This record gives sequence, C-alpha cells and structure tokens, in this order.
Amino acid sequence: MAQVAPRPVFEPWNEPAAKPLIQFQNVTKRFGEFTAIDNLSLDIYEREFFALLGPSGCGKTTMMRMLGGFETPTEGKILLGGQDIAPVPPNKRPVNMMFQSYALFPHLTVYDNIAFGLKRSDMPKSEIAGRVEEMLKLTRLGKFAGRKPHQISGGQRQRVALARALAKAPKLLLLDEPLGALDKKLRTETQFELMDIQERTGTTFVIVTHDQEEAMTVASRIAVMNDGLLVQVDTPGRIYETPNSTYVADFIGDVNIIEGTAQPAGEGAYTVAWAEGQPALSVQSATELGAGDRCFFAIRPEKVAISAEKPADRPNAVQGKILDIAYLGNISTYHVELPGGVIIKAQTANDRRISRRSFTWEDSVWLSWTATAGVLLAN
Amino acid sequence: MSRKFTWFNATALTLGFAFLYIPMIVLVVYSFNESKLVTVWAGFSTKWYGELFRNQAFLDAAWVTLKVAVMSSTLATVLGTMAAYVLVRAGRFHGRTLFSGMIYAPLVMPEVITGLSLLLLFISLNIPRGVFTIVLAHTTFSMCYVSVVVSSRLASFDRSLEEAALDLGCTPFDAFRSVTLPVIAPAVISGWLLAFTLSLDDLVIASFTSGPSSTTLPIKIFSAVRLGVSPEINALSTIMIAIVTVGVITASLMSKRALVKRQRDEQRAFQQ
Repeated sequence: MAQVAPRPVFEPWNEPAAKPLIQFQNVTKRFGEFTAIDNLSLDIYEREFFALLGPSGCGKTTMMRMLGGFETPTEGKILLGGQDIAPVPPNKRPVNMMFQSYALFPHLTVYDNIAFGLKRSDMPKSEIAGRVEEMLKLTRLGKFAGRKPHQISGGQRQRVALARALAKAPKLLLLDEPLGALDKKLRTETQFELMDIQERTGTTFVIVTHDQEEAMTVASRIAVMNDGLLVQVDTPGRIYETPNSTYVADFIGDVNIIEGTAQPAGEGAYTVAWAEGQPALSVQSATELGAGDRCFFAIRPEKVAISAEKPADRPNAVQGKILDIAYLGNISTYHVELPGGVIIKAQTANDRRISRRSFTWEDSVWLSWTATAGVLLAN
Repeated sequence: MSRKFTWFNATALTLGFAFLYIPMIVLVVYSFNESKLVTVWAGFSTKWYGELFRNQAFLDAAWVTLKVAVMSSTLATVLGTMAAYVLVRAGRFHGRTLFSGMIYAPLVMPEVITGLSLLLLFISLNIPRGVFTIVLAHTTFSMCYVSVVVSSRLASFDRSLEEAALDLGCTPFDAFRSVTLPVIAPAVISGWLLAFTLSLDDLVIASFTSGPSSTTLPIKIFSAVRLGVSPEINALSTIMIAIVTVGVITASLMSKRALVKRQRDEQRAFQQ
C-alpha cells in the first residue's frame, strides 16, 4: 500500500520565512481621551481565517475599521503586503468589507448590488456579467438576482453581502459580526459555508465577533482582545487548552478556577495548596512560578471525572456534594460543592439513557483529574 | 383607547371639521354663483371660470408664480440638501452649533423682516426687482425647510451604506450620487414639494421683492380682493383647492400602495 502523504499543515505563523499579509506595528488609536487600541502589534498571514474576539468595546471593530480605511491609526503603522496603507483611501484599498448591518443598497437589485463594485473597477464591461453569475452561483443566489434586498430573507441578505464583498476578489476580506443577525441554526450552517467559501476562494478573511463558539469554529487563529490589548493570539485548540490568563480561560468556554499557592516540585511539576485541610493539587504546568507564588489553577469541566468511590489511579481527587445538575441532553453538568465552599463544575457525556444516571442531588461524590488536565496561570 | 361611538366624539368631530372646512365650502359653492354679488345666490353657473381664463392679468400672474415656484424650490432643494448633508455628516467641526442654529433661524424669523431685509439688500446692490429677486428671496427662506426635512432623513440613514460604497470603490462624490441620494430621494422630493408650496402661497416676501413686471398670483389676488371680492377670485381659489386636493390624494395613495407592496414582498421573502 502506498504511503499516504501527510496533509501539509497550514501554520504560516510558525514559519520564519513566511511573509505576513498584514502587519500592525505598534498601532495606537485614540478617540479624544479614550484609547481604543493600545500599542498593538500583530501579523496576519495570507489565506488565514483570522478572528478578532472580545467583548464589546474591546477595540476589535476599531482594528477592522482601520484595515478598511474608515479610521486611521493615531500612532504606529499598518502594512498590507509590506506597504503602509495609512494614506490609501478606502476606495483604493484591495480590501473589502462585509458590514454588520450588511449595508445592502436598498434601491438596487441583488444583481446590481453584487455588480456595484465591479462597475467601479477596471474590469471590462463584458466580463462583469460573468463574474456576477459566478458570485451568484457561489452563494446560491441565482434565483434571487432580480429581487431587491427587502424581498429576500435575512440569510439570503447575508449571502448577498458576502457575494458583493467577494466580487472584486479582494486580497483581504473583513467580516464585521457577519452572522450576528441570524438565528442559531442558520448561523451554524452559515459558519461552515463561510469556511468552505474561504477555502475555495483562497481569500484572507479577518472576522470580528463576540461569539467565542463562532470564532472557535471558523478561525485558523484567534486573537482574544480586552481593553484595546491583545491578550492571547493562537489557534483555537491552544487558546482552549492552554490559555495564558484567567481572562482567556474564562472568556472561551466553561472553566473552573481554583486560587492557591504554588510550590515547585521539579521538571514543570507543581503542587498547589488551595484550602485548609485539603490535599494539595499536583499539576504539570508550562507557566514558570516561584515557591509561594499566588496562582490560579484552571480546569475545564469535561476534564473533571465524577465517581462514587475514590479513584485509586488519579493524582488529584476531592470529595464534595452535588448541588445542582444541569441536564443538556447530550451532556450533564454537575455543580459540586467542596468542603471549603468552592464549587466545581464537572461534565459527563450522557452515553447512557437518563433512567440509568448514577448520581442525584445531595449525593456525596469524588471529583478527580490527572496532573496534565488543567493549567496553572499566574494571573 | 375606546373606539366606541359616543355623542361626545361625534360632536367633537363635527365641530372640528366644520371649523376647518366651512370657509372653503362656502368659497367653492359661491364660485358657481350666477350673480356678480358674492353673497347673493342666483343660480348655478360656470361663467366665472370662463371669465377667469379670459383675464390675461391673472394668467400672467399664475405663470410668474409657477416659474418662481419651480426655480426657487429647485434651488432651495439643492442648497438645503447640501446644508443638511454637512450638518449631519461633517462631524464636529468648529462652529457647528452656530451653523446649525443659523440655518434654522429663518424658520422663526417674521416674514416681514425677511422680506424687508432682502429688499434693502437688493436696493443697496442695485439689483432690479423682478422674477429673479423673488426666486432668490423664496430660495432663502424655503431652503431651511428643505434642510430640516432632509437632515431628519439623513440622521436615520445607515451610515454603513456610504462606507460600503466607498469600500467598493466609489469616490465620496460617487457614493453620494449613487447611494445616498437615491436612498434619501423621498425626503428630497418632499422637501422640494414643501418649498414649492411655500413659494406658491407666499404673499409677504414676494410683495417686498417683486417688481412691476412680476406680480405673483397671491399678490394679484390680494390686491384684487382689496377692490372687492369678485366671483372670479372664488373660481380661481376653487381651482387651486382642486389642484392641491388631487395632489395630496395622489401622493398618499402612492405611498400607501408602496407600503402595501413592500409588506407583501417582505412576507413573501420570509415564507420561503
């Protein structure tokens, strides 16, 4: 049997030779007294699907509007393909944007909306119709070409906005909360559609979102932002499994955070004292901590096992009482109160029918996890 | 809110409408009076309408009025839209509050003062008074009405539409022409209509700024009435009422139809 060639991994940010498409170099943006972006540097590579994630007011939209040309940095430089784009007006940038409100032109048909940018480019008239047809096909809008924006549904409008922004084949496509106006089911479908279109067109996408699930689904890398700063920039997997701060750990997904005092035990191992009369936790961690340093132990609920008896083979086991059970169908989340009053969430997959569930309210149970299941964070 | 019929409601309604419409009904009825005496009914006749169309002075005045109204409302719409655009869009430039206050000031200025100041200006600049000066005067006071109407539409206008146009390669002027203007067109048109109507029925400012060769219809009617009300004036007024009524009904029917069509389209879009 022939050896299957390993699929090339798309990780340009790990290749020193790769040239970034976009470079933010010490960019600061102030609006009067308010600093929206604070001395921020970031590289985004070609063909990436890059997500800017953060709560509202964190500066993610300002970053995007600076790329689009609607805001200029107060200090620092933004390079696109090595060129400073500060003096380039929006209509001269090889960048297109999909607006949160879609911003479809209400007086034009779907067809004319998509053709709008092409008519203002140097594309010969004879080729415009072909390009619009191609876009209509890509976004499955062929039937609606003659309709006005108010004559189509929300999901269709979203696709018109996407087709219009992609029509000019921009080097970079900016998406401002593109799925915010869709209901949950349509949103999930559209996320996969977006990824598919991004792969097929090979365009670099930068998406702004406050929905962490959306960022996790679509992005090759995520930048978690807070108060105009980048807190962490990494792949969705690494953001989830090795967050660099309690802010990131808490913002992405569900997490238990236990505060304690670290004690190095050699070779990246630590013991964490966290409550009187409780055995110290033993943790493997990449975070460098000194003896007696205050630290936070973060562990995801699905990595905490729940059992009736004390498991013999797990280095960390604590006993507690079930306070609450959230039954979500596919999984159940148990809220377990430990003797010191700390509440730990533990998740189990419901691979059995509900009638055979093992635990109920007020049960005394053991929670356990391995030494590598969680991470230690300094802040 | 109660929608039941009560005697109180019926009385209020009758009184209100009587107050509004009895004068006009009297005017319309007497325009079909046979007698030359306005207050004595002498049988039905349309002869005053015939008389009216043979009265060259009235026809000339009507033509002047129409010319002035079309020119001044067009000019006012262009200037008023530009002013509104600057006020809503240009952000916080130095003296913005002063500028926006100044643009609305003529709305509350007594017409006599506007008229007088314009007259003094024209005299000091030695501009002969005629159609041209009335057009200028009407443009001056009606452009603030246009700018009020247009700026309220611009304020609710989704700014990202313009940004999308810029993003897709428009210059700022092209974005205004091909996106902003078509979207705010209804407000611009109603601004034009408002300016047109204001110009049609203005008496005070026109009498300050008109010359011997440029009598407008309101001036003509006013001076004719001072010599005694003739049935011809009634006929003329009836025609004007008819034109306005037809205009208003057409406009509201059209907007009603557009609304119904839009709702139907939206419903159909969501049923798919």
